[in-house]
Amino acid sequence: MSKQYETVIGLEVHVELATKTKIFCGCSTEFGGAPNTHTCPVCTGMPGSLPVLNKQVVEYAMAVGLATNCKINQYCKFDRKNYFYPDNPQNYQISQLYLPICHDGGIEIETSAGKKVIGIHEIHMEEDAGKLVHDEWEDCSLVDFNRSGVPLIEIVSEPDMRSADEVIAYLDKLRLIIQYLGASDCKLQEGSMRADVNLSVREAGASEFGTRTEMKNLNSFKAIARAIEGERARQIELIEEGKKVIQETRRWDDNKEYSYAMRSKEDAQDYRYFPEPDLVPIVISDEWLERVKANQPELRDEKKLRYKKEYDIPEYDINILTSSKKLADIFENTIALCNKPKEVSNWLMVETMRLLKEEEKEPDDICFSPVNLAKLIGLIDEGAINRTVAKEVFEVIFREDADPEKYIEEKGLKTVNDEGALRSTIEEIVEANPQSVEDYHAGKTKAMGFLVGQTMKAMKGKADPGMVNKILLEILAE
Amino acid sequence: MAERITDETIEYVGILAKLELSDEEKEQAKKDMTNMLNYIDKLNELDTDGVEPMSHVFPVNNVFREDVVTNGDERERILANAPAKKDGSFKVPKTVE
Repeated sequence: MSKQYETVIGLEVHVELATKTKIFCGCSTEFGGAPNTHTCPVCTGMPGSLPVLNKQVVEYAMAVGLATNCKINQYCKFDRKNYFYPDNPQNYQISQLYLPICHDGGIEIETSAGKKVIGIHEIHMEEDAGKLVHDEWEDCSLVDFNRSGVPLIEIVSEPDMRSADEVIAYLDKLRLIIQYLGASDCKLQEGSMRADVNLSVREAGASEFGTRTEMKNLNSFKAIARAIEGERARQIELIEEGKKVIQETRRWDDNKEYSYAMRSKEDAQDYRYFPEPDLVPIVISDEWLERVKANQPELRDEKKLRYKKEYDIPEYDINILTSSKKLADIFENTIALCNKPKEVSNWLMVETMRLLKEEEKEPDDICFSPVNLAKLIGLIDEGAINRTVAKEVFEVIFREDADPEKYIEEKGLKTVNDEGALRSTIEEIVEANPQSVEDYHAGKTKAMGFLVGQTMKAMKGKADPGMVNKILLEILAE
Repeated sequence: MAERITDETIEYVGILAKLELSDEEKEQAKKDMTNMLNYIDKLNELDTDGVEPMSHVFPVNNVFREDVVTNGDERERILANAPAKKDGSFKVPKTVE
């Protein structure tokens, strides 16, 4: 019988913080500027320049630490990590080794076997590196330092995960916590959240860990899941063949679904960390810590409970509505404008989800404003448009954030509430269809439906069906 | 006294610092580093029980900036001293991990 193996996984997650400026200088962190247009002597490592810490970075790091049940080091410092690489202009990275800002926390995830806590070893603050672009024409690389000095937090988990599903659940929970805090947008594809996977296997029941490898270059949940499966299989194969797993860093190639060794422990870098002399220590007073605690926004778990209590909507809907900060914000802001939670929930759960799926987008990509959704709901409520027209208008709101009032005015979609005009149209229809009138009087109720249909057609869908029914019955009774 | 800085150590430190040293420079560096360690030995004679490790000489904490953009586009000046540049970027030998 073949042996059973257990996978042991720990993650190092880097998150780019949503500050306006870099961690140690007043350069913009805005994404997408022309190369090196957001740089200065500090973030390009010019001799004699001095870093000054962005206070917001400390506050975001504290907020994430508190939200992940960490202890906060009220005395913490930066350290220098020394290595040479062209994307690192100082030849060192300012990071935290000895006294990271947060430590010993954890978050609860849902697994197929129930709830489980994944420990967080520490969270530290550090600076991002620049970007290397390999030139297509010349045998050279081009360095853009716009990203150099963008603030990062690195969240180091304990080796508590045992499967790809647990890893995804942990990352998703982390992503939502940080998004809800507003500390980062956490987009894996765009690199504002990056995960390195440390993985080893051992025989089921063993108490010692196996030799681990570290995998980099994972930029989607799917790639992470595939990389975990691939690396687990590779390590088991080595062990079964009587070979040894080498402690090394591997790069996952998601197209080839295989990982390649980048560097092994033998030529591992010796970073020669030492306390950063250019930055003074950070002392977090009790008052400061309390202030950050008091300013923590409502997180997802709390929000779920409140929705249940305040809005009386199904658990399934609550789960989806809170699965993205963006969606929850639109939900709440629209309710604030129209006070119709069930109606708002329906538009988000049904039409919005349908259109997102159709366009292969995520809730974070939603670009319509709550004002326009609230207006649409108002228009239905006052009978200005019927539901069929409303769905059509919503698609335009979803795609272009159109103002529904203007749109229905321009397109002439407003329900005709002019009873006189409607009555004369119905009279014409009745006159033109004597057979149907006869059938109706002979007890064939289907004929009524036909006449309503003809009326709606003549009115181009803009009539209020209730009113059409009422007038038609009156005329037929004459 | 045993040799405190071996040839291997000098070799290794040279690699880490990306320095190519001649044999004479290596001998000199060995001497210098041995002297430094001997000096540290001297300091170790002090009784430091109950003294907190110190990383900064001045009793200053919490020097912060507010999160406000103060720098504009200074690309031309930043690139002015670059040994090589191309398309608004620093040009370096091809580097692939």
